[in-house]
Order: sequence, then C-alpha cells, then structure tokens
Amino acid sequence: MKKTITLLLALALALSLAACGGSGSGNSGTSANSGKSLTLNVYNWGEYISDGSEDSYDTIKEFEAWYQETYGQAVRVNYDTYASNEDMYSKLSSGAVSYDVVIPSDYMIARMREEGMLLPLNFDNIPNYSNIDESFKGLFYDPDDQYSVPYAYGIVGVIWNANEVDASDAEGWELLWNEKYAGRIVQFNNSRDAFGTAMYKLGIDVNSSDTADWDRAFEELKAQRPLVYSYVMDEIYNMMESGEAAIGAYYAGDYFTMLDAQAPSVDLQFYYPDNTNYYIDAMCIPKGCQNQELAEIFINFMLSRDAAVANAEYTWYASPNKIVYTDEEYIEEMGEEAMEILYPPMEDFAASYNELAYRNLSAELLDYINTLWEGVKIN
Amino acid sequence: MKVTSKIYTAIIFIFLFAPIAILLVFSFNEAKSLSVFSGFSLKWYRELLRDEATLQSVRNTLLLAVSAMAISTVMGTAASVGIMKLRSKWLRATLNVATDIPMTNPDIITGISLMLMFVFVGRLLGLANSLSFWTMLIAHVTFCLPYVILQVLPRLRQMDPSLPEAAMDLGCTPMRAFFKVTIPEIMPGILTGAIMAFTMSLDDFVISYFTSGAGFQTLPIRIYNMTKKTVTPKMYALATIIFFVILALLLISNLTDKKEEKQKQ
Repeated sequence: MKKTITLLLALALALSLAACGGSGSGNSGTSANSGKSLTLNVYNWGEYISDGSEDSYDTIKEFEAWYQETYGQAVRVNYDTYASNEDMYSKLSSGAVSYDVVIPSDYMIARMREEGMLLPLNFDNIPNYSNIDESFKGLFYDPDDQYSVPYAYGIVGVIWNANEVDASDAEGWELLWNEKYAGRIVQFNNSRDAFGTAMYKLGIDVNSSDTADWDRAFEELKAQRPLVYSYVMDEIYNMMESGEAAIGAYYAGDYFTMLDAQAPSVDLQFYYPDNTNYYIDAMCIPKGCQNQELAEIFINFMLSRDAAVANAEYTWYASPNKIVYTDEEYIEEMGEEAMEILYPPMEDFAASYNELAYRNLSAELLDYINTLWEGVKIN
Repeated sequence: MKVTSKIYTAIIFIFLFAPIAILLVFSFNEAKSLSVFSGFSLKWYRELLRDEATLQSVRNTLLLAVSAMAISTVMGTAASVGIMKLRSKWLRATLNVATDIPMTNPDIITGISLMLMFVFVGRLLGLANSLSFWTMLIAHVTFCLPYVILQVLPRLRQMDPSLPEAAMDLGCTPMRAFFKVTIPEIMPGILTGAIMAFTMSLDDFVISYFTSGAGFQTLPIRIYNMTKKTVTPKMYALATIIFFVILALLLISNLTDKKEEKQKQ
C-alpha cells in the first residue's frame, strides 16, 4: 500500500509538472515536424547564447517570432548544447544526428572542413556578413571564407588577485612561475593549454612539429609543478572568486564572469602577456543539414544588431561584429575597463592570430604530448 | 563506547547531508558566488521558472522516466511470468543470466553499443536523425527491464502455485485468474520494480548522453553541458526543489504506512 501511494504521488507529480509547463512551447520536445511549421536544429556550447535569464534578450524566442512575422511561417528551434568541441565532433561524425547550425572553435572547423563535414555557405542569404570585421576574414581555419561566420573570440590572459600579488610582479608569463607565490598558482588541466603557457613563455611556436620543442616546454612545466596549487578547468571560477588561488590564466571574457562573483576580500585583475592564445568560435552548417536556407537565415539573424549585442553582453566574450563593438549602448553596458581588455588595440589581428592560435596537431604528436603531460602531473 | 558510536553516526550524517545543506543555502544566495552569502533572495528561483530551456529539459526527463517505467514494468512482469512457466531448468537459468547482463554491464558500454546499433539501423533505413526520443526510450527500457524482473521474479517464486489453479478450478478463465489472483499477489514486487525503473531512468546520464538525439536533451545532459562556464545558481534552486519533492514523497508514504500498521493492530 505504501508503495502504491508513493508511486501514484510520483506519477501525479510528474504528469502535472509535464502538463503545466507545456504551455511555453506546446511541444513535448520530440523533433517531429508538426503541420507546416519548420524545424531548425541548433547545436551550441552550453551557456553561450543570451537566453532571457536575468531579463536579458531571449535569442531563440526572438528569432522564432521574427521569422513568423517576416515569412509568415512558424519555425521551431531545437536548441541543444555541448560541453566541448570533441563532444560535438563525436556526436556529428557518428552520423547519428543532424544539426543545421553548429558553432565550433577554429581548429575544429579546420578539421571538419578537411574531413568534408561542412557545407559551403550561400552568402546571398547572409547579407549581415558585411558587419564582420575584415580582420576575421581569410584566417587559417577557413582561408577562402566559404564555410564559417565568426561568432565570438577570446584571448587568454593572466588573472591575479591584487590583494595578494604585488603589482610589480604582474607581468608576462613569468608570474605563473614566480616562486614567491608558490602554492597560490593554478594551471590549466589540459595538455594543449598548459603546454601553451610554457611555450609562449619560452617563445616557442605552439604548433611546432619538433618534439624537442615540446620537451623544452615539458621541462618548464616540471619546474612549475611545485608551485602549482591545482590543475583546473572550470573549477578556476570558484577558486579565483573565493581567493582560494591567487594566480591563473584564463580567457578574458571569463575574467569578467569571475569579477562579477568575487568575494569582498578578493580584488581580481587581468593583463595580457606578450604572446598568448587566441581562439575564434564560428557558425557553420554541417553536412546533413535539413534546411540550409533556414540555417543561413538564422546565422544572418545572429549577426543582426539586437541579437549580436545581447549575446556579446551575455557571454562576456569579444565580438567580431562591427555593429557590436561600435554600439554605444553596448560600450556603456560593458564599461570602459572591459572594452579595453576585451578589445585590445592590435596592429594586425589576423597575423598574430594565424601565428599564435592552436592548430590541429598530428595524432602521433598529440600522443607524445599527452605522455609528457602525464609525466608533469605525476611528478 | 556510547560516545564513539554517537560521534560515528554524526560524522556519517554530516557527510550524507552537508553537501545538500550547502546547495540549499546557496540556492537562496543573492549573488552568483559560491564563496560569499550576500543576502537572502528568491532570485534564482524566479530565474529558474523563466528558463524555458531548463524547464523543457526537466519535462523531457520526466516524460522519459514515466514512459520508460510504464513500458518496462509491463514487459518485465510479462517476462517474469514467462520465465516462471519454463519447464527446462537449464533454459530458465540461462534466461536469468541473460537478463542480468545489462544490469552488470558498465553504463558506458551499454550506451555506446546502443548508440552504434541505432546508428546502424538508422543508416539502413536512410534516416538523417537516427537518434531521437524513441531511441532514448528504447535505451531506458533496456536498462530498466532487468530491475523490474529482479523484483517480480522472487514474488512469483514465493507465491503458492496452487492459488491460480484453485481459481481456475472454481471457473475462472486463465486470463481472469491471472489478473484476479496472480497480479494482486505479486503487486508489491511490481510496484517496487516500477519505482526502481523510474528512479534509474531519472538518474541516468551516461546512457542518455550517448543515445540522445537532436532536440531532446534531458536535465543531466543539460547540466553537464553548462560546465564550460560555471553551473549557474539556478541549478541549485532546481536541485533544492527536487530534493524537497522527494522528501515530501518519502514522508507521506511513511506516514500512511504508520497509519496502516496502527489500523492492523
């Protein structure tokens, strides 16, 4: 009897929740094409679009409404998320699912392009592409600008707690190797980024195919090992915000997310070392797309003023879209300091980007690096 | 001795409940931070109710769990009855082992092998999206089924086989005897099996992760995908709500249980 009641209660609860919440979209989530309404499947990073929380702009809803108004046809966007480029790649390459729009990072775009997983875009449907800054065209991952439209970019810098670290020490990659702050430093917990910090410090090409270069970086990381408090990825947010660690390298946009939540006893600051990592995430249409024109219209919408500004404000990453970083409202919302950090003056972005961004490495080299990386962490 | 046992119990309870308590407290925090409690606020609960994508993933999770529970309970009960009726001992033992394998198999292997099978069949049929709600449902039924059988089979064994025979002797059709005598007799097993299937399905991340298709993500997958940035306090609010709902269910069922015991006395 006890179990009957538990079960009935659980059932009633589940059904009522499912029923009362259903009014929002009216569809239980299966990707069925009901009636004449179109379906667009979008696959993006988690927390990487303005979603209406805290009174922000709800990009997906706005697109659905705008499309209905402009074309007189209902469209339903299935918006799914992934946690890493590799997750997205394995899902798509298994052939199990098809998405209409994906937003991978540069090196992954290069790989997908080489493997024939992307469709060339029809820019007649993406007139807003002209809003993209010229510096973001003709880059290594898409030299002929056929397959991708840049969405956001970021640069790695050093985050430090001014209540603990002397301002005079806060310079270059050396801060992450400064023995004065032993046990207060956090380092990336993935081989590519961690080796990157050492290689930028030593002035080595991060895409070098010479194993001797990687051995040198390995020695550097081993020397840093006793100073490191912890190897982290997204744990860095809580560690820096609470003052548990004082020095770490991460993306400029994420620095502002941390700043937003820092404890009163913490005073986080940020600077760029001379050589550092750049990344660009760009919108692409993968093979297997069910409605390419609709996907292109969506990409064009993402480049329009309201959506682009809202997304840049929500994610705190820099936008390659001219109408975003020249928008007065956006500049005011971000503040002077943030604008200076997010959009550092650069003589030739494309040249530094092509030189310093991570590229795809051969499988053997990746194996070699991972073996070295295990050596760093074990000792 | 008494003191040490008390301390021991206290430590156990702290480890069990401290994480939940911290989550609960910070779901009411005004700031985003996990380190500073800056003031009581219901802000994150409001945010949660407005987050259509998260609510959709909660609905997806519940829809999947209820469907998987219903199907696996019916199939599992039927399977148990079938296994009991087998004459050959050897065949019965083989079937028992066969149904246990999915339970002992690591989730990741179940997940990958199911995904491969769905993709293979999808390719044969020429589908663009071989993974969907339906493949996830098949996957969930697959791993829930053994738990239902595990609960129902012992009940059937305990039941006196002469009971349904007597009913048929008195004029019941075999069908009627099954529903009027056998089912009520094994009901507790069926219910426990159903509850287990429901919780297993609700809980699952690994298998869902491999078999989810476009447009149908469950809550555990959504939370995992948030880890590129931080998991927002909205999720603490959601976890707190789920915790209290389950607590309420447990309390109600325990209370009714007590009442029944008293009535019996």
